[in-house]
Amino acid sequence: MKSLARYALPLLLIMAVVASFAYLQLDTSALMSRDGAVQMGEYAAAFFSPDLSAPHLRAIAYGALETLAMSAIGTLLAAVLGLILALPAAGRFGLVTQGASRLLLNALRAIPELVWAALMVLAAGLGPNAGTLALALHTAGVLGRLFAEALENTPSAPSEALRLAGSGRIGAFCYGTLPTLWPQIMAYTLYRWENNIRMASVLGFVGAGGLGQMLYMSLSLFQEAQASTVILAMLLMVLAVDALSGWARQRWVRS
Amino acid sequence: MLNPALTQRDPAARSRLLLTLVALALLWPGLSLSELDLSVLVDGSNADTMGAFLSGFWPPAHDTEFLLLLGRATLETLAIATAGMALALAVAIPCALLATRALSISALSRGGRPHWWAQAVRWPVRGLLILLRSVPEIVWALLFVRAVGLGPTAGVLAIAITYAGMLGKVYAEIFESVDPLPTRALIGAGGSRLQAFAYGVLPQATGEMLSYTVYRWECAIRASVVMGFVGAGGLGQQMDLSMRMFAGGEVASMLLTFLLLVLLADLFSQLLRRRFV
Amino acid sequence: MSVSMLSSSPRTSLTNQTEPALSLSGVSYCHANGHVALRDVDLQIAKGERVALIGPSGAGKTTLLRLLATHVQPSNGELELLGCQPWTLSVGARQKLRGRIGLIHQAPPLPPRQRVITSVLAGRLGHWSLGRSLLSLVYPLDKNGVAEVLGKLDLADKLYERCDQLSGGQLQRVGIARALYQSPTLMLADEPVSAMDPVLAAYSLNVLKREATRCQATLIASLHAVELALEHFPRVIAVRDGRILFDKASNTVTPGELDALYANDQLEGFARVEPTPSQSLHIPRC
Repeated sequence: MKSLARYALPLLLIMAVVASFAYLQLDTSALMSRDGAVQMGEYAAAFFSPDLSAPHLRAIAYGALETLAMSAIGTLLAAVLGLILALPAAGRFGLVTQGASRLLLNALRAIPELVWAALMVLAAGLGPNAGTLALALHTAGVLGRLFAEALENTPSAPSEALRLAGSGRIGAFCYGTLPTLWPQIMAYTLYRWENNIRMASVLGFVGAGGLGQMLYMSLSLFQEAQASTVILAMLLMVLAVDALSGWARQRWVRS
Repeated sequence: MLNPALTQRDPAARSRLLLTLVALALLWPGLSLSELDLSVLVDGSNADTMGAFLSGFWPPAHDTEFLLLLGRATLETLAIATAGMALALAVAIPCALLATRALSISALSRGGRPHWWAQAVRWPVRGLLILLRSVPEIVWALLFVRAVGLGPTAGVLAIAITYAGMLGKVYAEIFESVDPLPTRALIGAGGSRLQAFAYGVLPQATGEMLSYTVYRWECAIRASVVMGFVGAGGLGQQMDLSMRMFAGGEVASMLLTFLLLVLLADLFSQLLRRRFV
Repeated sequence: MSVSMLSSSPRTSLTNQTEPALSLSGVSYCHANGHVALRDVDLQIAKGERVALIGPSGAGKTTLLRLLATHVQPSNGELELLGCQPWTLSVGARQKLRGRIGLIHQAPPLPPRQRVITSVLAGRLGHWSLGRSLLSLVYPLDKNGVAEVLGKLDLADKLYERCDQLSGGQLQRVGIARALYQSPTLMLADEPVSAMDPVLAAYSLNVLKREATRCQATLIASLHAVELALEHFPRVIAVRDGRILFDKASNTVTPGELDALYANDQLEGFARVEPTPSQSLHIPRC
């Protein structure tokens, strides 16, 4: 009986995989048939001669800067909003506000950035504004929760002592709690910014600006050469950010 | 009593001033490039459209026909994630075996560090894994939609490629992180690399591998929904269609379903991980 | 260690104010777990007085100071501080009152990564506007004022050090500096010199006394070391088991009374207090 239970779960997993393929009825004829394969080959080949003309490269540079700006401003907004929401979420203002703010933070987190971007495009129209707002909202949920946990682990004795000396609440927070909290705020914010650069480049697929929007438009107009340059640019940006953050972490996390 | 050298310069003042100036200098172009405009959220005509859209959120659509559609789309999303992961595994495991240093024979006599040419031979596979990972899956999805048309095929292929890279890299690292002595002993005693892997590495690595794979499957479900927005099928594609039609009630239902789906997937993955690890 | 040369009795040293700085009548305090920390305390301290609180560990000295600092509310009884009843005031008015009360903690609650200058500047947060407070956080506005206060406590060279790089005694002095920078009307000190060597402790107490006299502030300090208390403070209040055992001028305290104060039946083989007829009393530390 025990051996049956041992094999039951792996068997179920295999069945699930088979069922998935069956349900999808994947139309692999496009890939497997000779015509299909040739077409795919031609499609792929068009990507191997990227357009490196100066005007296109300028446009890509602008798109990359737009993507960076979206990620930076979005993350900055998110840090501010997250900190504001973290205070009630850590229970500083009572149990009711704690529950409500935690619910809000979870809702902001759970909805993926791209879905937020689609919603923001509806609200704010096409362009990087929608992308920035989308990143800000989603990341506020993530950072808010991280900040709230950090806040709960920070001792409250320093700020209480300052309140006893007559300080206002904001002053007591800034001089008593913030010094201990600040390194964690910086670490989490930088970590999310790194992630957001990656996200910002794809939000354009729903119209939220940046390199993503350029890629979407090139592909829609069947300009594969231009599209492949954009993909190369996105790749370079991701690799550069990875390398830079690895170096920065080595330099500063030591202290 | 008073020390004459009172007004020593604040050592942190210069760097703080510099940092503030740099931040302000970057803020202006940042704001203009990102075209940040919070007022659109409260703008008059925009607010009317958004208001109408948002008010449609309640009640969420719940007529039978729509619920059937929702059920089918959810199953499709699950299927895309599972099938994609299966294909990814099929690619990742061989790649991980090729890329890992744990099965290096030259490392036996050099205390765990392979010879330089042994490292060089592994580099192409590692490079391939990095490449597969670096392009976001949604880009692959977009490309495949253009190549094979709308529908779940594009999603499955996109997940397969990207997650093969992620799984491959992490598996290779897991293989290298377990106790190397049994493996080295087996290779040293004349066993083949595959045998050494099966008897030396695999028993120790299974727990971690399963844990990571289940976590990635959970991510794949979310990714499938997101890729749907570019036409790769599933819940996401339906959500995109409903949004374009400004059907607030349908979008609300689908968002709720999505939240429920990730919650259930999270619970399921925790269950699996607890049972296996 | 020099013996203080005060000859006047405490209550007549500063007679320009007849209204008491603080008065407690029938004050009790009960912890949440039921333990009664203070019972029926009656106390009156005039403006400008210098009073020491002595007593065994757990007697209720810290609770009394926390009550006076309006940290906790008395369970019953009446408490009047600087002419106000603090717990009948609005929150804003109570904060203003707290700005005039300075509490020196035994273990100063200073964030480890904060610099000394910022920690001391925090003392005046009750008097500054919000904008000035926030600016001072990043760019300290009153470097000279802080340096002056730290100089009095021989810490001027530590102006820009981080708090986690200081020793226990230095940290306590930073706590004292913060309270001095606040320039309060009522100064409360909870074991302010417990981590300092005898010479430094005497020096710091002298600084505290001098500043209190200069600002005409009332100073109440709880001290473990009885000889320091008797030497530096003209009036001494002994607390035991939550009650005031005696409240008299320091030069009238007898060894027998100190014996009764610190008697501990649970400690066996404890050195007996030897009464000596000399002026300075040698009491082993409890």
